[in-house]
Amino acid sequence: MNASPCLVLQDVHKSFDKREVLRGIDLSVAEHEVVCLIGASGSGKSTLLRCINLIEPIDAGRIFVAGQEVTAPGVDVNEIRRGIGIVFQSFNLFPHMTVLENITLGPRKALRLDRAQAAAQGLELLRRFGLKDRRDDYPDRLSGGQQQRVAIVRALAMQPQIMLLDEVTSALDPELVAEVLSVIRELAEGGMTMVIATHEMGFAADIANRVCFLDQGVLLEEGPPEQIFRSPSNPRTQEFLQRIIAEGRL
Amino acid sequence: MEGERRSRILGGMSSDARSVTIALVSTVLFFTVLVLVITRSPGWPEVKAAFFNREVFSEAFPEVLRAFWLNIKIFCVAEVFILAFALVIAVLRSLPGPVFFPIRALAIVYTDFFRGIPTILLIFILGFGVPALGLSGVPTSALVWATVALIIIYSAYVAEVYRAGIESVHPSQDAAARSLGLSRSQSLRYVVVPQAVRRVVPPLLNDFIGLQKDTALIALIGPVEAFRQAQIDTSATFNFTPYVAAALIFVAFTIPLARLTDWLNERSRRRRLVAGIAP
Repeated sequence: MNASPCLVLQDVHKSFDKREVLRGIDLSVAEHEVVCLIGASGSGKSTLLRCINLIEPIDAGRIFVAGQEVTAPGVDVNEIRRGIGIVFQSFNLFPHMTVLENITLGPRKALRLDRAQAAAQGLELLRRFGLKDRRDDYPDRLSGGQQQRVAIVRALAMQPQIMLLDEVTSALDPELVAEVLSVIRELAEGGMTMVIATHEMGFAADIANRVCFLDQGVLLEEGPPEQIFRSPSNPRTQEFLQRIIAEGRL
Repeated sequence: MEGERRSRILGGMSSDARSVTIALVSTVLFFTVLVLVITRSPGWPEVKAAFFNREVFSEAFPEVLRAFWLNIKIFCVAEVFILAFALVIAVLRSLPGPVFFPIRALAIVYTDFFRGIPTILLIFILGFGVPALGLSGVPTSALVWATVALIIIYSAYVAEVYRAGIESVHPSQDAAARSLGLSRSQSLRYVVVPQAVRRVVPPLLNDFIGLQKDTALIALIGPVEAFRQAQIDTSATFNFTPYVAAALIFVAFTIPLARLTDWLNERSRRRRLVAGIAP
C-alpha cells in the first residue's frame, strides 16, 4: 500500500448561518484506503463530503487532494472537481438524458473527449457493472438501485483519484441496497480510494480499513472497524453504537 | 329509485355515452337560446346588415386573408428573436453572487419596465421616433421598429417564464453537474436550461398566442396587415363585416395553438402522475 496520503483535511470548519456543522476536522486518507464515516444524522458527515468536493466552501482550515491544496485561493475549482467523484443520496441523475448520455456528459464536456471515445469508455463501464442493456433508457425507467449504480458509474467515468459516497443507500428500498453495496465492494477491491458516509454499519464493518465516528461536527474517534465496533473507547461512540444495536442495525 | 328511473330512460347506455349525450343536448339547448335571444332583439336587423353582410364578407375575406400574411411574418420573425433574447435575460438574472449584482439588477429593471409599459405606446415611440432620428445605417421602416417594440415587450414576459423554469430545476441538478467538473455555464447549458425549457413549453405557447393577437397593433402606425385591411374595407363599404372576417382569421390561427397548449399541459400533468414523486 502506498503511504502517501490521497486526502488530507486540516482543522476544517464550516458553519451554516450561526450553526457550526464542522468544528475542526482533521483527517488523512491514504491511497487505496476505504474510510467510513459513521454518526447520527446531522453529525456533519454529508457536509464534510460536500466540503471536500468544494460544493460547500469551508470557513477555515485546509484540504489537500493528491498533494494539491484545493482550498487555496485562485485554484481552478472545475479542474479539482474532475478528480473527485461524488455520489449523492438522491442519485441526482439528469432526467432529460439517457443513461449513456448521463455518464458521458462529464468526460465530453469537462475532459473534452470526443463523443465516440467517451461512449466507448462509458459502455465499457456499463458492461462492467451490468448496466449495458440500460444504456438508452431514461433514468425514470430504472429502479432506484439501478439509478444509484448509474450515478456511481457517472462519477467513475471521470476516472477520479478519490470517490466520496454520501449515504448512497439511504434512499433505497431495502431489497435494492445489496446491488449497490456490491458495486462499492467491487470498487474497494479494485483499490479505489473512498470516503463513505453510511448508516449501514454491517457494511462499514466489512469494507472499511478505518471507521471514523463523527459527533456534532467533531471527529470523536477513529480506528480499524474491529476496534470501533467491538471496543469503542469514547462514551459517545459507545452510546451511538448501543442505540444502533438496539435498533437491530448491527 | 331516481337512478333506476334514469337508467330505464337511457336504456343500456354506458356512462361514457350518457355523459356525451348530456353534453350534446345541453350545448345545443344553450346555443339555441342564445341565438334566439340575439335574433329576436329589436336592433338585430340593423346589426345583421352592418356586421354579417354576406356579399361584403365574400369580397373582404380574401383581401384580409392576404393581409394576414404580414401578421404571420411579423409573428414568426418576432418569436425567434423573443425566444433567444428572453433566454439571455433570464440567464443573466439567475447569475449568482455579489459580483453579478449590477447585471441582475439590469435584468430586473428590464423585465419590470417593459412589462409595465403599454405595448401600443412602445410601438408608437419606436415606430415613429427612431426613423425620425434620421440616423444613417438604421432602418427607417416603421414596420421594422414596431416589430422591435413587440420583441422588447414580449421578451420581458417570456424572460419571466424562462426564469420560473430555471428556478424550478432543483439545485441538486446543478450540484451534480458541477461535481463532474462542468463549469457554471456548462451546467446551465447542458443540465439546467434544457430541463427548464421543457417545463415551460405550455406557458411559452400561451405567450405566443398573445403575441399573435398583438401583431394587429402594428396597424396603428401604418403597415397594412389584417386589421388595417379590414379597416380599409370597412371605410370603403360603410359596413363592419370585414372586421368580423379579420376576427375569424385571427381566431382560426390561435385556436390550434390554444389546443396544443392544453394538450401539452395535460400530457405533462399525466407524466408527473406516472413519475410519482419526481420533482
